[in-house]
Amino acid sequence: MLSPLRLWAVARKETLQLRRDTRSLALAFVLPLLLLILFGYAISWDVSNIATAVLDQDRSPRSREVLDAFRASGYFTFVGDLERPAEIAPLLERGGAQLVLVFPPDFAELLDGGRPAPLQAVVDGSDANTALIVLNYARGIALTYSLRLRVDGLKPPVTAQTRVWYNEDLSSRNMIVPGLVAVIMMIIAAMLTSLTISREWERGTMEQLAATPVSRLEVVLGKLLPYLVIGLLDVVTSTLLGVWLFGVPLRGNPALLMVLSFFFLLGALGLGMFISAVARSQLLATQAAMVATFLPAFLLSGFMFAISVMPPALRAVTYLIPARYFLVVTRGIFLKGVGIEVLRVQGGLMVLFAAVGLGLAVKVFRKELA
Amino acid sequence: MRDVLHEPAATAAPPPGDEAPAVEVEELSRAFGSFVAVDAVSFAVRRREVFGFLGPNGAGKTTTIKMLAGLLLPTSGRGRVAGFDVYTESEEIKSNIGYMSQLFSLYADLTVEENIAFFAGLYGVPRERRGTRRDWVLEMAGLGDQRRRLVAELPLGWKQRLALGCAVLHEPPILFLDEPTSGVDPLSRRSFWELIYALAEDGTTVFTTTHYMEEAEHCHRLALMNRGKLVALDTPQALKSGMREPLLEVETDDGVRAVEVLEEARKSAPGIVRVGLFGRALHVTVEDADGGPARVREALAAAAIGVRSIAPVEPSLEDVFISLVEAAGGAPAD
Repeated sequence: MLSPLRLWAVARKETLQLRRDTRSLALAFVLPLLLLILFGYAISWDVSNIATAVLDQDRSPRSREVLDAFRASGYFTFVGDLERPAEIAPLLERGGAQLVLVFPPDFAELLDGGRPAPLQAVVDGSDANTALIVLNYARGIALTYSLRLRVDGLKPPVTAQTRVWYNEDLSSRNMIVPGLVAVIMMIIAAMLTSLTISREWERGTMEQLAATPVSRLEVVLGKLLPYLVIGLLDVVTSTLLGVWLFGVPLRGNPALLMVLSFFFLLGALGLGMFISAVARSQLLATQAAMVATFLPAFLLSGFMFAISVMPPALRAVTYLIPARYFLVVTRGIFLKGVGIEVLRVQGGLMVLFAAVGLGLAVKVFRKELA
Repeated sequence: MRDVLHEPAATAAPPPGDEAPAVEVEELSRAFGSFVAVDAVSFAVRRREVFGFLGPNGAGKTTTIKMLAGLLLPTSGRGRVAGFDVYTESEEIKSNIGYMSQLFSLYADLTVEENIAFFAGLYGVPRERRGTRRDWVLEMAGLGDQRRRLVAELPLGWKQRLALGCAVLHEPPILFLDEPTSGVDPLSRRSFWELIYALAEDGTTVFTTTHYMEEAEHCHRLALMNRGKLVALDTPQALKSGMREPLLEVETDDGVRAVEVLEEARKSAPGIVRVGLFGRALHVTVEDADGGPARVREALAAAAIGVRSIAPVEPSLEDVFISLVEAAGGAPAD
């Protein structure tokens, strides 16, 4: 049924067309690099260099001690001193500072009198995530300082000795790069393959293709082959860049990563082709592919937002997103160095995804003209 | 160069032999919703025949050819192409026919050679035959010097020849052409038909739709379709001599006004069946050859239109075509 000759003819033709299509080539090779560099360098969820202004109405040794503690933490950059409370709002509004620390005039007096001394931290809440992190930092520093006052030179009775595994310095880059491999593959699948079948309908070449004895499976697999190669090349490139450029650890077996990527890619490509065959127009296909594959992989896979903090309804939806499981695979192999014995379920799901994606594409692709 | 379009059929129609027909269709129908595009059509195409399918736009020609090429399933009826069933063996049919669609549908972003290689692969031309077949197509289509050019850059006439070449790479016994020369200039059209005749002489059965009368004239047999029905099927000669009413060619001073006058006369009095402008003259179908000329002369004289000549003529295919289409209820509205 499957003729290697015909399969090869389709793959070769698709490659030739791809080679002359600068737009698709750019999508295939430049976009992954761009994303990797963009996410690797520019976007980081780590908060540092918090622009901090101070309104110190006390100007006591106590308030200076607290400020020193903030300074010593390394998270805060002091951008200036304020004179009056009225200056706070305009400063935050024009983004001159993210945090304003306000010491009341009786700060030292209260503290030395053994009563609670309020240290006010005003945070720009327009970015809720960052604001929360900033507040936690500030709270932590204040708490440490209070403890030190209490026990006065003695070692605090209990301190938490925290140790983070797998991502020791809690760098978000280490989270992003492995996740990005999944997202990049979804882009290749969604943006590139969604065009291949709809283009044949749009340009009228489908009619001649349909008039030949080529089978549906041959068309789908033949068209898929060049994109599969590109996808795998992209996996290798992103992995190497991630390791060399961004210092992301690759602790697991690279071969396992490639094998599971291969299956994930097959599924994603099949899905893209399915959309392409249904849509029959390039514009519609690209848009549908964006919504159906790329966006979920981006937003609902746990790449951008932690699944555990999503509302229950949305969390339920994430179980249907293949990228969710693939993210477990990439992060597991990169950061934890786990093997197939841990990733059995995810691995099985990748194979299932490949079968379903391809099956859908072959099933919906018709050679009959109406 | 042989002038195929201006001499009678280049090859004699093959005699009906004992062989199974190339195409055999019985009561074949195809409906799209409530619209019946092809309505219980029956005919057979002999091997090595050049079989023309004629009809106004929307008559059902393309739908029929798509059903025969395995691209569209019929709604009812029976059909066999190259001995294979149109319902269940469409893939076998596709291996045994060449098909050229109405719109040019090769890959414009591939070169001439790349298109040939692609279709050779799809048709499963064995590797050792690839080179020979490619050279044959390049030579046949006269594209030897253009082999590395992108198809997008070629003029339409050349593209059509390449499409024909790609459709016969696997040397199919039957070739289906759906208006192969529409939009092509007369010179290219002529060279295209040279190729079709060469293929027919080499034993290929050619099934073609057309709306060019001079092309239809050179088919061995013609099937005429209108509103989804087959209204006539015969050799061009038999179709022409089968037209019952005599035809007059009338030359006047004012052809356009003469048509109006005769149309009026046709309504008020019998004797004139049909009037049409034919080049600069009029073709007037009359009821009988004896009284007809007098009737026409009378009507034109009454309107003070000068008559230069009136003479009986052999009907052209176009006359036959129009007469048959009108008899079958007129062309479908666009």
